[in-house]
Amino acid sequence: MTASAVPCKPPAAEAAGLVKRFGDITALDGVSITVRAGEMTGLVGPDGAGKTTLIRILAGLIDPDAGTTQVLGNPAARLDRRRLGYMPQRFGLYEDLSVIENLTLYADLRDLPPSDRPETFGHLLDFTDLARFQSRLAGQLSGGMKQKLGLACALVSKPDLLLLDEPGVGVDPVSRHELWDMVRTLSGEGVGILWSTAYLDEAERCDTVYLLSEGHLLHAGPPDALTAPLAGRVVEVATPPGQRRQRLATLRASGRVMDAVVHGDRLRLLLKSPPTPDDEALGITAAAPVVPRFEDGFVAALGGSDLGDSQLAAAYRTIPASDAPAIEARGLTKRYGAFVAAQDISFSVPRGQIFGLLGPNGAGKSTTFKMLCGLITPSAGTGAVAGHDLRHARADARQSLGYMAQKFSLYGDLSVAQNLSFFAGIYGLAGAAAHSAMDQVAELFHLTPYLRMNAGMLPLGYRQRLSLACAVMHQPPVLFLDEPTSGVDPLVRREFWNHITGLVEKGVTVLVTTHFMDEAEYCDRISLIYRARQIATGTPAELREKAGGVATMDEAFAALIRNAESDANTDRSEAA
Amino acid sequence: MNKWQASFTRCWAMIVKEMWAVLRDPRARLILVVPPILQLVLFASAATLEVTNVDIGILDHDNGPAAREFIQQLAGARNIHALVPLASEDDLAHAIDRRRVLCAIVLGPQFSRDAAAHRTATALAICDGRRSNSAQIMGGYLAQIATNTGAALRGLPPDAPGNGGTITRHMFNPNLDFLHFVLPALVATVASISALSVSGQSVARERELGSFDQLMVAPLRLPEILIGKMTPPLLVGLFNATLYLVVITQLFGVPLTGSVFAYYFATLFYLTANIGIGITLSSVAQTQQQAFLGVFLVTVPMSLLSGFSAPVDNMPHWLQIVALADPQMYMVDVMEGLFLKAMPFAAVLANVWPLMAISAVTLTVATLLFRSRME
Amino acid sequence: MSTPISPRRLRAMIVKESLQILRDPSTILIAFVLPIVLLLIFGYALNLDTGRTRIGLAQQDGGEAAASLALAYRNSRWFTVVESGAVPALKDDLVAGTLRGIIVIPQDFSRQAIAGKGTIEAITDGSVPNNAAFVATYAEGVRREWALDRAAERGHQPPPPIDLELRNWFNPGSISRHFLVPGAIAIVMTIIGSLLTALVVAREWERGTMEAIMATPLLMGELIATKVLPYYVLGLGAMTVCTVVSLVLFQVPFQGSALALFAIASCYLFCALGQGLMISALARNQFVASQIALLTAFLPSLLLSGFIYEISSAPLWVQMVTRIVPARYLIPSLQTVFLAGDDWGLFLPNMAVMLLFGAGFFAITVRATKRRVA
Repeated sequence: MTASAVPCKPPAAEAAGLVKRFGDITALDGVSITVRAGEMTGLVGPDGAGKTTLIRILAGLIDPDAGTTQVLGNPAARLDRRRLGYMPQRFGLYEDLSVIENLTLYADLRDLPPSDRPETFGHLLDFTDLARFQSRLAGQLSGGMKQKLGLACALVSKPDLLLLDEPGVGVDPVSRHELWDMVRTLSGEGVGILWSTAYLDEAERCDTVYLLSEGHLLHAGPPDALTAPLAGRVVEVATPPGQRRQRLATLRASGRVMDAVVHGDRLRLLLKSPPTPDDEALGITAAAPVVPRFEDGFVAALGGSDLGDSQLAAAYRTIPASDAPAIEARGLTKRYGAFVAAQDISFSVPRGQIFGLLGPNGAGKSTTFKMLCGLITPSAGTGAVAGHDLRHARADARQSLGYMAQKFSLYGDLSVAQNLSFFAGIYGLAGAAAHSAMDQVAELFHLTPYLRMNAGMLPLGYRQRLSLACAVMHQPPVLFLDEPTSGVDPLVRREFWNHITGLVEKGVTVLVTTHFMDEAEYCDRISLIYRARQIATGTPAELREKAGGVATMDEAFAALIRNAESDANTDRSEAA
Repeated sequence: MNKWQASFTRCWAMIVKEMWAVLRDPRARLILVVPPILQLVLFASAATLEVTNVDIGILDHDNGPAAREFIQQLAGARNIHALVPLASEDDLAHAIDRRRVLCAIVLGPQFSRDAAAHRTATALAICDGRRSNSAQIMGGYLAQIATNTGAALRGLPPDAPGNGGTITRHMFNPNLDFLHFVLPALVATVASISALSVSGQSVARERELGSFDQLMVAPLRLPEILIGKMTPPLLVGLFNATLYLVVITQLFGVPLTGSVFAYYFATLFYLTANIGIGITLSSVAQTQQQAFLGVFLVTVPMSLLSGFSAPVDNMPHWLQIVALADPQMYMVDVMEGLFLKAMPFAAVLANVWPLMAISAVTLTVATLLFRSRME
Repeated sequence: MSTPISPRRLRAMIVKESLQILRDPSTILIAFVLPIVLLLIFGYALNLDTGRTRIGLAQQDGGEAAASLALAYRNSRWFTVVESGAVPALKDDLVAGTLRGIIVIPQDFSRQAIAGKGTIEAITDGSVPNNAAFVATYAEGVRREWALDRAAERGHQPPPPIDLELRNWFNPGSISRHFLVPGAIAIVMTIIGSLLTALVVAREWERGTMEAIMATPLLMGELIATKVLPYYVLGLGAMTVCTVVSLVLFQVPFQGSALALFAIASCYLFCALGQGLMISALARNQFVASQIALLTAFLPSLLLSGFIYEISSAPLWVQMVTRIVPARYLIPSLQTVFLAGDDWGLFLPNMAVMLLFGAGFFAITVRATKRRVA
């Protein structure tokens, strides 16, 4: 059962032997791809693998150095753009136009007949949950909402070929599922779809998947062709949170494991070969293998993940113990005129814990985040970090904070080394101390080969590494990480969480937001924020319990939001 | 590490980062150096209020000896490029309408006869009032030529003292070389443009790129950020001032008669005044485009009010008061003084203290606005 | 690709562009506030008509003639005598810039004057050549008038051999405002046409909106066309505001027809917009585009258009350069339509040149605007 065996549908786009070089860097090195009409074609790979370059070539926006393309019956350079839908990785919305004005512009550019508009717009606004914000300027939307609006603009008319470059980055899980369903419907109607993604659960559901690494294809075919060889090699081992570390160390020492991730109160392991009775000593029983996921295939294809202890944590100072909470929010509220961005948010995080803020786009996570670190003045309530209210505390208090923004916010036109040197300096590191700190993080985050490159030119994963490096260089006791793993590949995500959990053991306190529900499992406690309110707070297990005893955070998230919505509806009908 | 050391470390990091931000992009580096040079060349060659090389029309109804003498004198004048003979009044109107000539001289049929009879011979000069500045200057030349012709007709040497005269001595610039006036004034223009365009981008750019938040959560104090933001425009301004000093004295041969110390002393406070304006605009602007247009909106009036394009004395009183707030006005005076007049330090100081006052005001406003932006 | 031009796409892009213009305070500031500020400054500050110049008087002779001449200077409408005293002290004021000239009436002036001679000295501040030339000319003028008056009192006035009567057509009062204000309008149209358009296209590249737009069926020609129209309207609007202000506030005469004014302005805007778009097609970065626009559009239209500085007086190579400055072809037409009236024989060749330049700029723009992101 391979893709080539069933050439059932005509290709909407086809490329063979594509080569593209940018200076010394070879982005694509002999890549061939076929996107069939009526199918979902997935494109995955680590950051910097060449995914974006490939999509731009198919959209006719870059000319390849070698190779041929055939898109909708023409070479890509002369393709009929009326039949093409394209969403670039960074969809450039007109920030000074409102939501509805952006939509109308693209409807006009794509020749959507006026009679179809009320229905199409209604549908798109509904699924993106932007109906409430129709007249708001695009520039004032949150990051995830901008992404959704970009999608809506790309989908405003039904194309014959749809090229989506990481459409789910920064989008909350519920919306991502809806987006998937919507695009799936389009493919059912005969549209050819190329979907590049860092979310491998999406790739798993594609008809055909291309796995790209360093400009080469590692896999091309149905997703189960990648996971089939792993059958029987993936097992789950019950491990209470307190024993994870120890268990991991044992497993690593055994040399049997390629990958390990936390899954609820269990560890999910990818073994190098199916379990044998010898593995019983490691707590692995051959009896209960689980179905391998695409992510397992991805990790296996790339040679497994690094299971070592975080070197960053090893070199980090130990944060002195303290009974006072490291982060505290008391009734934080932010109003913009009549609009409430965050309402009465309260929580307290003791030293050495990970606290997660979860919620749909535009729910108020980033607002809460920014109020706590002093970037936004709360309309009511107070927040404190390491005992200081950052609104009023002197700049010294900020010394105790490491901050990683949602959007890349380092200096893109300075080199990696210059960025590191600047952040070392403004956190008071000078001379030898600064140099050793810089060398250390460059080494730990694999940035050494890139030191002279402009930060803005780095592949996404390396940009995120640099951001984290800049945030931890001065070894602060508290870290604020706003979607640190957004858009990065699974291997980098594992690396990040390895660092984060390692730091927490040294007494660092972490406030984190994420849209990856499996990452939520790493948090000690979570607060779920929906439409500016805290709808649930507790440990991952408590939340799963509260949602009706579901198995994954993914389901818990969806269920808790459904409950909150129906509660709100009941309230409204009671009020009426 | 004590408090001051830490503060110095942060401040230094900020300064170095700002310098990198300005100098790292090769195109930006080019833009800091090429425009000043181009401006120098353009102004040095185009900016002249002299009128030379113009064509003059002649409508001669007389054809007598006096007329011939007059025409000969005109033909020999150094400001006149060519004489265009005109056949009729219509021809004349056409030549002026189509700007073929700047002025036309009409000699009536009585011209030579009047001159011969020792009566006043009257000629008419019709000038193109659309170019009235040049026309006025040309009118002055023509009147001079008419007087000389008259003297020649009566057999007197030209420019005879007759019943007295005026001996003119132009101090500081004996040949009234316009270039000697333009070049020092350009130092003021260029220093201002480079300081404003660098400082004008400083805050707006951070905000547009998203790095502003990153600065705000760092333990930087306001003065440390501001010192960092002020350093690159100051250094770029000083660099351009130095470049101009060298080029003007070495290439154009206009010596600096005042002291080098006074030159840099005045430039320093002039730059701080401009940087204050730049950071203020940059703090108000939401985008780089707004910052750029804001800088433009300020630069043009500042330059026009400086006295470089037209004397401040000629402006209406209310505008002269407005010009008191224009740092460029003081700077133009100081530069003319230091290059041409050997201006003593006391006289320089009289122009620099207003610059200090303007700096104090603009930097305070910039600080307040920047602080309010931190909220 | 043979997609036909779509009126709907055109309209959508024009609406979008117009909304962006209206919502950005900086474009409104540049299109309507800057023109007024410029007009006020050109109208009031850039006054090339000489007013009273501050001079010092060093009267070294106590005789009757010297006193009478000194009085003539004090009463002159060209000068304000702000100080009198010894020459060295007055020279210090010349250095400090408080005086622009010194008139020296030397020791034996009165005795010489009786003999029909009497020479005075005018010391000027040569660092400002215009002022210096003015002081020199009018110092002698005042003295000559004074001498003639005295001669007339004594009854022997030789008639001047040749009298040159000066007459200024179109601007009889020689009011510099009358020719500077049309020049200011040219500057304003340059700013909107070239500077603003150079910025807005570069902005689309910087913000990433271009990539999404390029993947739509929008033709590159359509994209360029929709950038032109809103800014053309904006440019004409600013031009109209300027014209009304100059007619009402400065009483600048308007002898020509509105039709001619709009035709001339349209040709120039076509050319300026072409230049702005060409710059932004070549530089996809706002900072670089703005600097190029300043250097190649704004400065030349100020310096090399004949608006302030006479072109024929510049060195030959500069005169050659001015031939490729579009504003050079606009200024004469604008001055004519304001001060002289409609003269299509003058307008048409100039308009043709501007259109030709515009067509060239657009041709380069279309060639350089590739539907490629890298």
